[in-house]
Amino acid sequence: MEITTNEKDGVLTVSLKGELDHHGAVAARQDIDAAISRTSPKKVVLVLDRVNFCDSSGLGLIMGRYKKALSVGATLTVADPSEAVERIIKLSGLTEIIKTERSGVL
Amino acid sequence: MSATAEKRKAKKAVDTFKLRFSAKSVNESFARMAVSAFVARLDPTVSELADIKTAVSEAVTNCIVHGYKDARGDAEILLKGSIYADGRVVIEIKDKGLGIEDVETAMLPMYTTDPAGERSGMGFTVMGAFCDGLKVRSAVGKGTTVVLTKKIGFGRL
Repeated sequence: MEITTNEKDGVLTVSLKGELDHHGAVAARQDIDAAISRTSPKKVVLVLDRVNFCDSSGLGLIMGRYKKALSVGATLTVADPSEAVERIIKLSGLTEIIKTERSGVL
Repeated sequence: MSATAEKRKAKKAVDTFKLRFSAKSVNESFARMAVSAFVARLDPTVSELADIKTAVSEAVTNCIVHGYKDARGDAEILLKGSIYADGRVVIEIKDKGLGIEDVETAMLPMYTTDPAGERSGMGFTVMGAFCDGLKVRSAVGKGTTVVLTKKIGFGRL
């Protein structure tokens, strides 16, 4: 799992690349939470277009970061979810809670 | 072939595999890859392959996180697969961990033993949704066996 974080004007952008299973989620969680604590953002954007596998542990990671963002007064958005991410979010029925946006350039 | 002979043939596995590996999270992807390689000969669609990989990943993760509570590096998971003549794939994932006291409750959507919120509680729901069959056998103190059935290539001919 490759994790890159970038903060600009109160927006923390986190890009994940690889397989978002329980193994990948543990590492990603630590990195993302450290970045949230360090930058105190107003908005967290998880860019998930390069996540080629996602199971319920990945869903747990997204939900957990949603709560973490909320706890510091920030919002959380999932940007450009891959097919793998989208099918899990849809199955969970959390489409109302987890906001998704598309850049439109993919 | 007579109808009875056809039925008998469908019930017999045409190919099988067995794997035993350490209950480490790094092996979640190993288990998925092994199963995808095994079913590749059935020429699954991208979606069928994603379904079975995700279901296997859920079951193996359950063994590690719940069966062995993340803490037993020496513990092992047994993975068995069978392909049947009619295109059914049966995958069995077995641990000798803590076991589940109430399987029915554990299988409810969003039920989680981790209310802090890192786990979604959707593992069994995902397995059920992405497979054609899901059976769970468990005994406290003895372990848990999950049996997944997936039909590959049905309705494509």
